[in-house]
Amino acid sequence: MNALLVICGLGFVSLLAEIANFKKLLTVLVILALAAAVVLVVLDWNTSQSLYHDMVVFDNFALGFTGLLCLVTLGWYWMTRDFFENHPHQSDRLALVVFALAGGIIMVSFNNMAMLFLGIEILSISLYVLAGSNKASLLSNEAAFKYFLMGSFATGFLLMGIALVYGATGSFDITKISAHVASHADSLPRFFHAGVLLIFVGMTFKISAVPFHFWAPDVYEGSPTPVTAFMSTVVKTAALAAFFRMFASCFASVEASYHIVLQVIIVLTLVVANVTAVYQGSVKRILAYSSVAHVGYILLAIMSSGSAASGVLFYYMASYSVASIAAFAVLQAVELSSGSTGVDAFNGLYHRNPFLAVVMTIAILSLAGIPPLAGFFGKYLVFAQALQHGYLPFVILGVLTSLIGIYYYFKVLIAMYRAEKEGPRPDKYSTVLLVLLVAAILALGIFPDHVIGLLRL
Amino acid sequence: MILFLLSWPLLASLLLFAFKPKQAWVVAFVASLIELVASLVLVFQFDKSAAVEYAINVPWIASLGVNFAIGFDGISLLLVLLTTVLVPFIILSSTKHSYSSAFYGLVLMMQMALIGVFTAMDGFLFYLFWEIALIPIYFICLIWGGEDRGRITLKFFIYTLAGSLLMLVALIYLYFQTPGSHSFEIQALYEAGRALPLAEQGFIFWGLFIAFAIKMPVFPFHTWQPDTYSVAPSQGTMLLSGIMLKMGLYGVIRWLVPVVPAGVHEWGMTAVVLSVIGIIYGSCIAIVQKDFKRLIAYSSIAHVGLISAGIFTLNKIGVQGALIQMLSHGILVFGLFYGIDIIETRVKTRTLSALGGIRHVAPVFSAVFTVVMLGTLALPFTSGFVGEFLLINSIFQYNAILGAVGGLTIILGAVYMLRSFQQAMLGETNSTTESFVDLSGREKLVLFPIVVIIIVMGIYPDPLLSISESAVTNLLSIVQEFSASAK
Repeated sequence: MNALLVICGLGFVSLLAEIANFKKLLTVLVILALAAAVVLVVLDWNTSQSLYHDMVVFDNFALGFTGLLCLVTLGWYWMTRDFFENHPHQSDRLALVVFALAGGIIMVSFNNMAMLFLGIEILSISLYVLAGSNKASLLSNEAAFKYFLMGSFATGFLLMGIALVYGATGSFDITKISAHVASHADSLPRFFHAGVLLIFVGMTFKISAVPFHFWAPDVYEGSPTPVTAFMSTVVKTAALAAFFRMFASCFASVEASYHIVLQVIIVLTLVVANVTAVYQGSVKRILAYSSVAHVGYILLAIMSSGSAASGVLFYYMASYSVASIAAFAVLQAVELSSGSTGVDAFNGLYHRNPFLAVVMTIAILSLAGIPPLAGFFGKYLVFAQALQHGYLPFVILGVLTSLIGIYYYFKVLIAMYRAEKEGPRPDKYSTVLLVLLVAAILALGIFPDHVIGLLRL
Repeated sequence: MILFLLSWPLLASLLLFAFKPKQAWVVAFVASLIELVASLVLVFQFDKSAAVEYAINVPWIASLGVNFAIGFDGISLLLVLLTTVLVPFIILSSTKHSYSSAFYGLVLMMQMALIGVFTAMDGFLFYLFWEIALIPIYFICLIWGGEDRGRITLKFFIYTLAGSLLMLVALIYLYFQTPGSHSFEIQALYEAGRALPLAEQGFIFWGLFIAFAIKMPVFPFHTWQPDTYSVAPSQGTMLLSGIMLKMGLYGVIRWLVPVVPAGVHEWGMTAVVLSVIGIIYGSCIAIVQKDFKRLIAYSSIAHVGLISAGIFTLNKIGVQGALIQMLSHGILVFGLFYGIDIIETRVKTRTLSALGGIRHVAPVFSAVFTVVMLGTLALPFTSGFVGEFLLINSIFQYNAILGAVGGLTIILGAVYMLRSFQQAMLGETNSTTESFVDLSGREKLVLFPIVVIIIVMGIYPDPLLSISESAVTNLLSIVQEFSASAK
């Protein structure tokens, strides 16, 4: 909870920065506040607090994800400082990002569907603006508009679902709902199941699972690269944690009413996202589709082991976020030097800047799930969970789509090691950050036990 | 000592960055020599018992039941020895190409992973090293390879990864059969696998066999191999064929036969037949190749088919023959690919019809190449003879018809090897070959020891055979016991 207060305070302070004229201090403030939030999470560890009449519950799950969100945002901010500094809208942009983070923290800690809705809206509205923050670019405007239209539509579904569930159970509180569902399993009205499905649709839109993913590639491509990086790491983590809280704990007892839908969505997500990614010519779009594809693997873990999957979810999101930030950092450096995010822009990067090429290689290998990197253990845990619960066909499908994944990830990799030596040399990046990220990818891969064990019940 | 063998190459590959690129090969060479000496010490200390000698066995990822268990027995030791012997030669053979330090770093990392594969005593650890071995060789081929390398190396990567993911699924399945809180420990997996009913053992067999068969490669899983061998840089090809394909064969011995003995008993015949088809198929295609390197690539399919068939006969001379032939093939195929590398760097072509008469201008090279070639033909008193004799003998005992068909490898091998030798070395010199320079000092330094090894192994193979003997006997007695009890 303390972390949430700090983040919200930071948001207001950064709004004031413009008026009170201390913009120069903002960077320091952001870094201090995010670090403080992480420290507070550590201090609060193992103290399960429920606040405001159980509106939010900061159990270890919420604390763990809050810490992860803050850490990833810290790394992300480090990577994208140019996006803020020396820009006329510095304080506005920063405030939006910080409020989005606050929304994300509410989403991982909600215990009441009203808070879920609030969290999603705080997060989304900030993002709608951020997606369009490159005002001069047509693509950025398109992204913002598309995201806004589709997002509000999905919010409508979510609200309608919440209303129906409230009508059937008489409560917004998810612990009360699940108790009610458990005690009245036979006498639930039909519209309760309709409500669950509507919430399901609203949430799958937010995590961009197929077939509710159509917005993702366009929005990811059109938004400025820093915003895309934020969306595919921080936002995705928050949305998946919210999905997990909603469906793996609250609605776990009525899993039958959406089980088949979930299965279909997993199969579609794995197949469609991976196959479509093969045909993309832009690294940004490849990363967008890959982020959709990763959702498929996580959903598989959630489906097969329910609430026991929290450790797996946490590990997977941590490893995915770290590798993604590294990949986006390299992409951003390449984009700044060549003005393009196409695969061609990476041609011969190894000869122009071996350091960046090696970092990108490690990030891609981790995303593709090659041992001994972090991404491999994420996939391994998912497959092991699924096998343990008898979902062998899904594991085989997952293995096949991972192989397709290799194909498109390696398109970037092969481009980097082409013999072409001419071209712009990217130089705008932070070596320290990239070294830290690579170290994190390796450390998560070599000592996975500590992170998986954090959220073990 | 084995931990030193495992960590030293990794350390050395990191050390490389401290030196200037021009010194890289010297540093890597010295590092690999130190590794060789360490492995020889290990060989001389080895007491030839059947039991696995553990160097370390501690929990690594406790929640997943993964142990960092490294150990070895005679079988592991032979393959470790092959790795540590070949890598210095490979590094020494690379000096003409002026590779960057990244290249030598990758070669040493590859060595680390290979030694890990041969000494891992935990299923998960084995899988990890198995995959890690793929990464350096992929980049060696991708960065320093020939034309169209992007496409071909990607095919190689996806092909082998598909196999290893199958293996991973099989290993996880076995893992969940282990009692209690589950473990990937080798003995636990052995017991879990042996307790499975026959049908399930069959599934595990195929999951593991396909992974190993792709790596070797056994027909019909070989289609990545000729392209990859031809496009890879010479040193990459040497690593691939000299050591890496032995990973598949070792996998069969350590991680297939003792895990599902009844499954192997049930499906062994199929595996032998596939291997024998590979012998004939590889040899026949080798006969019509125009490119010298592709010819050796196809001949490699034939040779590895024979070794794999020998292992699946599950008799002692077969497995022992397979082990000795693995070593011999590693040495021989290194010699052959190095010979081709020498030809290619001098006359810029590998096409057989463009060559000819090298014997007249480079007698020393020609003589050395003759010895290597005769070894490949399994002439008595060369290393190839011991292995092939034992292998064909074992297949013949297993099934006379298959033995007769497999034995054709000697005749077919003579056809393609002698034909290529005749085209490249004999005849009149032409405009491409007339300025062919004979071996330089450094090349002699590589090839003369190889010739010595080939001949010594052929005349006196006993020390090598005795290293693995008790481990093999032990292995086969387990197989007999459990395949009998499953019936």
